[in-house]
Amino acid sequence: MNEMTTIARTTTLKDWETDQEVRWCPGCGDYAILKAVQRTMPEIGTAPENTVFISGIGCSSRFPYYMETYGFHTIHGRAPAFATGLKLANPNLDVWIVTGDGDGLSIGGNHTMHLIRRNLDCQIMLFNNEIYGLTKGQYSPTSRVGTTSPSTPYGSVDRPAQPAAFALGAGSRFVARGFDVSKKLPEVLKAAHAHKGAAFIEIFQNCIVYNKDVFEDFAAPKGAEDRQLWLENGEPMLYAKGTKGIALDAEALHLKTVDVVDGDWQAAGVIVHDVTNRSVAHMLVEMRFGEFPMALGVLYDDPRPTFEADVWRQNAAAAEGKTADLQSLLKKGQTWTVTEGGPEL
Amino acid sequence: MATAVAGETDKRTSPLSDAVVVRFAGDSGDGMQLTGGQFTLSSALAGNDFATFPDFPAEIRAPQGTLFGVSAFQINFGSSAIDTAGDAPDVLVAMNPAALKTNVPSLKQGGLIIADEGEFNDRNLAKAKYDANPLDDGSLAKWQLLKLNISQLTMDAVKPFGLGNKEALRCKNMWTLGLALWMFDRDRAPLVDWLNAKFAKAPDLAAANIAALNAGHAYGETAELAGPLKQHHVDPAPAAPGLYRTLTGAEGIALGLVAGAQLAKLPMFFGGYPITPASAILHHLSRLKEYDVTTFQAEDEIAAICSAIGASYGGSLGVTSSSGPGIALKGEAMGLAIMTELPLVIVNSQRGGPSTGLPTKTEQSDLYQAVYGRNGDAPMPVISARSPGDAFECAIEAVRIAVQYMTPVILLTDGYIANAAEPWAVPDLTTYEAFPVEFLTEVPEGGFKPYGRDEKLKRPWVKPGTPGLLHRIGGIEKEIDTGHINYEASNHQAMTDIRKAKIDGIKVPDQIVELGAESGKLAVVGWGSTFGPIHQAVRRKRAEGADVSHIHIRHIWPLPANLGELLKSYDKVIIPEMNTGQLKTVLRDQYLVDAKPVNKVSGQPFTIAEIEAAIEEALA
Repeated sequence: MNEMTTIARTTTLKDWETDQEVRWCPGCGDYAILKAVQRTMPEIGTAPENTVFISGIGCSSRFPYYMETYGFHTIHGRAPAFATGLKLANPNLDVWIVTGDGDGLSIGGNHTMHLIRRNLDCQIMLFNNEIYGLTKGQYSPTSRVGTTSPSTPYGSVDRPAQPAAFALGAGSRFVARGFDVSKKLPEVLKAAHAHKGAAFIEIFQNCIVYNKDVFEDFAAPKGAEDRQLWLENGEPMLYAKGTKGIALDAEALHLKTVDVVDGDWQAAGVIVHDVTNRSVAHMLVEMRFGEFPMALGVLYDDPRPTFEADVWRQNAAAAEGKTADLQSLLKKGQTWTVTEGGPEL
Repeated sequence: MATAVAGETDKRTSPLSDAVVVRFAGDSGDGMQLTGGQFTLSSALAGNDFATFPDFPAEIRAPQGTLFGVSAFQINFGSSAIDTAGDAPDVLVAMNPAALKTNVPSLKQGGLIIADEGEFNDRNLAKAKYDANPLDDGSLAKWQLLKLNISQLTMDAVKPFGLGNKEALRCKNMWTLGLALWMFDRDRAPLVDWLNAKFAKAPDLAAANIAALNAGHAYGETAELAGPLKQHHVDPAPAAPGLYRTLTGAEGIALGLVAGAQLAKLPMFFGGYPITPASAILHHLSRLKEYDVTTFQAEDEIAAICSAIGASYGGSLGVTSSSGPGIALKGEAMGLAIMTELPLVIVNSQRGGPSTGLPTKTEQSDLYQAVYGRNGDAPMPVISARSPGDAFECAIEAVRIAVQYMTPVILLTDGYIANAAEPWAVPDLTTYEAFPVEFLTEVPEGGFKPYGRDEKLKRPWVKPGTPGLLHRIGGIEKEIDTGHINYEASNHQAMTDIRKAKIDGIKVPDQIVELGAESGKLAVVGWGSTFGPIHQAVRRKRAEGADVSHIHIRHIWPLPANLGELLKSYDKVIIPEMNTGQLKTVLRDQYLVDAKPVNKVSGQPFTIAEIEAAIEEALA
């Protein structure tokens, strides 16, 4: 195959906006995410014509219509499969998948798992609003137990899926978290883009109509520093203005919160974040909010060879030294020639 | 049938007097498919025309000796044109009681049974639910019976090679093949070569198998002196000079898809998911990387078609393949391919349904699914292959329509075509007209319209990565020309009309009459793998002076433009189908013709006699 090339281009935010009227509810978190993405793309320095946004079905999946790139609004839950075919056909494209908690973890959970397992080079933005918005408010696979909705008037009884834990369990080599109005979201998106392979980003998104402010407990600006742990590679896991941190309870093998006195985080045993430490990543995605702060930013980042690169490499190796002479292929195997005198070997 | 084997003349089938039908039947572990396949090759090398019918259980290793574990392979070979695998066998090779029980009822009266009496022990008889040994109780009196202890004879033949009991008995099928080769005066040399190549890493096994093959052959020579075993030579069939090979339907489709992609000058992407009997196409294509073929075994049927659509979106020829249940899962994605007007080929190797149905048996019951089986008004071209060789041509045709009209196309084949083999005159590819795809790469005069159309109503194909032509597509109704989302009533009406008109306007060749006049008393109309029995039945009836014609439809949707008038030029129309009357419904709906169904839904192909009976009834 040809060397994979990155087509660089200087652009501005305006270059990434379409002329289409954005049709989300006023106040929807999707607006903020759209802006964050449009703001990030010029910083990444990639070319709009080389970029493809692929989505499934749901509120979030309208996203491609608003990006001045190539875009494919597909069918419910299947965006990863379209992305796989597209990327195998042309590995040079920069592919972004936009999905939601229903699209990506319920009807399309299977495809999300296999995309991550295969490690297709793309960014998966899973907008998690813990509700089905487009179908008018039914509970979703990430809704908390007891969520009342048109389909669960007495409250939901099933336990929710945890997107980041699901991704890591499926073999993800990049797991990150952010939320719609966070100023740090572009940094998370950039890190995802820089990662070669399937980069999974859970983005908490406020559904203003059907699940309003469900993330306020950690996303609200007031007191955010006490409730958000923004992870930085090589930095200690500190929050609450450096007065608290995350340490390992080595005997029980789980994480714990510790108080940091006078900024001496080492004395408190606070862990330094190593994005390539898979064991710690498993603990971070399982950290229960409330007892712990919400872990945000890049939780895990340790690339491996990508699926499409391996497929192209194998195709090239299998084809090496062979000529694509179809006429001789048709004649392959045991043949015989019929002449006027009858058949002969 | 008048052969030295059956030893009697059946006037009814006299046109086939130079043809023989042999069925090998045994336990699914006995290697009957392999035996049949190699016997087929020897028939090809002897210059006979032939058709085969592999019939095997759905279970990989069904419990030994059971009735449902029987695997059979039937071949019809002869010195004149052979269209079907034959109605009733002249020779039945039964490797155990279960194989005898399940297969002997179809054996021609007076036909020859060769039974391995070594396997007719109490245990196997009980498993086959025989109260008494049929080889001894006279119940097989209307046939000729040859009891041979093939198991013991094989063990004796391979003794020098020191194999274990189990391995030695595995050579039984080669002993049987050796006997069959002797019976029909065949050369053993290609088989010896094949065994040496197959067991190149285990010379002992090669030698043992060759010894078994030779022993079976030698037994025939010796046994000729006494008993019912006779040698019979079938002359080569007249065939046009040229290069020939054997071809199965799965091979025909795989090669045709590659040829189609090359004629379109496109790389091919094949997304598949394992399913019987369609998997063989995935297997064949996965070995053809040098032909710019990428194969992808997806996580499910839906991902298989979606990945193929994704690849088409990227500028490859997307192809997916499955059988009925898998095709059902792909339905929603087909709708998206229709809505986004992307080329795609969907191959359906039909099997018995509904639901899981009969995975290894053949049926034609997915025609409604192909023509009508999607939500919304979702028109899609449908093509059906009649034989393995025809599958090659149909695959090219499917690719041509897909790229020339920017549409998904369904190619129907079935389990019978997929597995059956026939001799195939290797075509000269230079005689095929190329149809290279032209992608839109620049803004055309008057501006870029993602849903603008040419005279065929085809929209442009733009590869992502092309500067200046950025656009978005999706499953929501498209606005005329721009392709933007549009919910307006008049736009939806107009787009529905355009999608219909585009498919209706696909140019397909006029319908020809395969056999007989273009008008008359009766037309027998078929599609797909019923070609063989219909053709032979019509040929025989015409030889008897009946006014009957054979019409075989390749283009199921859209139908050939002249078909309605053609059908109306016959007094009567009958439609034999391996379903409850699906093409019948379509033709009655399209042309208001009083077509009458002839149906068989048993998992088995029509016999020639069944079609003959239907013709007689229609003409009575």
